[in-house]
Amino acid sequence: MSGHSTAAAERSEQRVRLGGIDREVVSTIAGAGCGSLALTWLLYERVLPLSGAFGFLVCWYLGCLVLTWGIARLQWDRRIVRERLVQLVVGSSGLVVVGLIVDQVGYVAIRGAHAAGHLNFFTQDMLKTATLSPITSGGALNAVVGSLEQLGLATLFAVPLGIAAAVFMSEIGGRLARPVRTVVEAMTALPSIVAGLFILGVVILTLGVQKSGFAASLALTVMMMPIVTRAAEVVIRLVPGTLREASYALGASQWRTVLNVVLPTARPGLVTAVVLGMARGVGETSPILLTSGFTSGMNANPFSGHQVSLPLYIWNYVRYPAPDMVARAFAAALTLMVLVLALFATARFIGGRRPGELSRRQRRRIARDLLGTDHNAPMEEK
Amino acid sequence: MTDTSAPPLTPSADPAGDVPRRITAPVSTGDRIFRGVLRAAGLSVFLIMGLIAFFLLYRGMQAFRATGWSFFTQQKWLTESGVFGIAAVLPDGIIIALVALVIAVPVALTAAVFVAEYAPYRVRGLLVSLVDLMAAIPSIVYGLWGLFFLQPRIVGFVRWLSMHPGQYIPFLKVRTGDIGTSYTSSPFIAGTVVSLMIIPIITSLSREVFSQAPQGEREAAYALGSTRWGMVRSVVLPFGRGGMIGAVMLGFGRAMGETIAVALIISPKFTVTTHILEDGANSISSLIALRFGESDPLSLSALMAAGLVLFALTLVVNMLAAVLIGRSRSGAATAD
Repeated sequence: MSGHSTAAAERSEQRVRLGGIDREVVSTIAGAGCGSLALTWLLYERVLPLSGAFGFLVCWYLGCLVLTWGIARLQWDRRIVRERLVQLVVGSSGLVVVGLIVDQVGYVAIRGAHAAGHLNFFTQDMLKTATLSPITSGGALNAVVGSLEQLGLATLFAVPLGIAAAVFMSEIGGRLARPVRTVVEAMTALPSIVAGLFILGVVILTLGVQKSGFAASLALTVMMMPIVTRAAEVVIRLVPGTLREASYALGASQWRTVLNVVLPTARPGLVTAVVLGMARGVGETSPILLTSGFTSGMNANPFSGHQVSLPLYIWNYVRYPAPDMVARAFAAALTLMVLVLALFATARFIGGRRPGELSRRQRRRIARDLLGTDHNAPMEEK
Repeated sequence: MTDTSAPPLTPSADPAGDVPRRITAPVSTGDRIFRGVLRAAGLSVFLIMGLIAFFLLYRGMQAFRATGWSFFTQQKWLTESGVFGIAAVLPDGIIIALVALVIAVPVALTAAVFVAEYAPYRVRGLLVSLVDLMAAIPSIVYGLWGLFFLQPRIVGFVRWLSMHPGQYIPFLKVRTGDIGTSYTSSPFIAGTVVSLMIIPIITSLSREVFSQAPQGEREAAYALGSTRWGMVRSVVLPFGRGGMIGAVMLGFGRAMGETIAVALIISPKFTVTTHILEDGANSISSLIALRFGESDPLSLSALMAAGLVLFALTLVVNMLAAVLIGRSRSGAATAD
C-alpha cells in the first residue's frame, strides 16, 4: 500500500491485487509440480519400496505443496507465501470435487452406452431374458415405466402437503412454526432405509397391502415432502411483504392473498423446489427396495402387484456375475442419471429468477401490450 | 410473518391523550378453513415422525422382548435361534461413517472455501450448480461407481497402507495375509465411497454459510491490510463456525444412514471392527437392506428394532446439527 496521498502520489498509486493469479504464481506452482513429479518418481518408484498410482498421486501432491512453499519463500514474505499455499490447497480441492463428478458421470456414461446403445433396451422388459442372454434381448422399459409412475404418485402426494406446510410456516407462523421447521429439518436427513422400513411396517405388515408401486410411492413421499417444504419455504419468504399488504389493502382475505398473490409470485421458485424433490426421489433406492417388490416383467399398474423401478433394476442386476447383466445395470444407471440431470437442469432453468422477476418472454409480452394500447406509454425494460 | 392477517397501523397524530384505535381483524370463514388446512399440513410432519417412531417400536417390540437388554450387547445376528443384537453392526456403521468423515471433511471444507471465496466470479455459479448436482446424484450410482471404478483402483493403495504404515499403526494392519481378497470389502473402502456422497452435502451447506459472511467485515479486514486468506481466517471462518459444525454433523447423519453404496461394497460380518482395512464390515442400514427378505416375524421384528436405533441415533445427530446451525451467528440472520 502506498501511504497517505498527496495529489502527485495519487496519480502513481496502483490498484492492489488482493488475489488472482499472475505469471509468477503460475510459474512457481508449475515448477513445484515438475520438481515434485521428478522427486516423487525417484523416491517412490525407485528408492522406497512403494507402488500404486493412488499413493503416487498423494505423495506427488504433498511434495508439490512443500516445494511450492520452498520456492515461494525465496521470493515473497511469509504472509504472501501462506496466501499462495492456501490458494493452491483450496483450488486443488475444488478441482478434486469437479474431477470427481466429471469422472463419475463420464464413467457411468461410458459403461452404460454399451447396452443403452441397443434400442431394445428401451422397448423390452426382462421377462424373456435369462442370465446369459445376449445384450440384444431384454431391456428396462418396465423399470422406466415403474420409476415414472412411482415418481408421479409420490409427487402428487408430497407436493400439496409440502407446499401447504411451507405456507403454514411462512404465512401463518406462530409458536408452532419453529418446532415444525426443526422437525422438517430432521426429516430431510431421515435415513432412506428407515422410510422404507416405516412403510413396510405400516402399510404392508399392519394394513396388509401387497408390496406395490403405490407402497413405494408412499415411502418416496416421506423422503420428498421435507425437501419440497424446505425449498418452498425459502422462496415464499422472499416474496416482498409489500405485495401482501397491497392485497390486504384491496380487501382480500388471507387465503385469497396466498393463492392469488404469494404463490403466483413465488411460482418459479416453487417449481424449482418441486423438481429438486423429484430429482431426489427418483434416485432413492432403499425405500423402494423394501416396499415395491421385484418383478422382471412389465407391470403398468402401480396399485397391484410388484413393480420394478430403475434403482431397483440396477440393484438387482448389478449383482449378477454375467457381464451383460452388469452392462444392463449400467445402462439403467445412465438412464437414471439422464433423468436426474434433466430434472436438475429444469430446476436451474426455472429457478434462476427471483420471485416476481419476469421471464424475458413475459417482459416482451407486456411491452407488446403497452405498445398496442398506447405508443406514448413509458417502457420499463431495455 | 406474524399472527395477524392485517398489517398494523401506526397512529398518525400526536396529541397527548390520543390512544391508538384498537384494530381487530375479523377472520372470515374462508380464512378459518384455510388456516385449519395449513395448520394440519404443518402438523402432519409431527404425525409422520411420530408414526415412524411408534410403528418401528411397535414392530420391533417382539425382538426387544425376545432379547431384552442383550439386544444392545450381543454381537451375533442369529435370528433363528433368537440370539441377536446390534453390538457389532452399530459400531461398525459408525466406523464407516467416521472413515467417510475423515476423508470428506478436509476436502469438502476447503472446496467450500474455494467456491465461496477463491473461485473466479464467473465460474462460481457453475461450481455451485456442479456441487448441487453432485448432491443430487442417486446413491446407487455412487455405489456402482465405487464397486466397479474405485474398488479395483484403490486396492493397491490399501495394500500399501497395510504393508508399510500398518506395521507401526495397529488398526491399519491386515491380519489375513497378503492375498487379493483380503483388502476388497473393507470398512475403509466403503467409507471412501460414502465420503464421496457426503462431500457435496458438506460443501454446499458450508459454502452457503460462508457466502453469508457480512460484507462490511470483509472489507474491514482488507482495509486493515489483510490478505485474502487472512480475511477468510479472521472473518469468514469464525462467522461460519457453527454452520460448518452443523454441516459436518449432517454429513455424519447421512453417512450413518447410507445404505445402498455400503451394501454393494461390503461383505457382511458380525464382529466389531478393529482393523479398518480388513475384509468385512457392516452397518445397520445395509443389514436391513440385505436381510429384509427373511420372512419369519422375529427376523423382521429384529430389523425393525435395529431400524429404530438407527432412527433415534440419526435424529439426535441431526437435531443437534440443526440447533448448532440455528444458534450460530450465521444462522441468526436467517432464523425467523
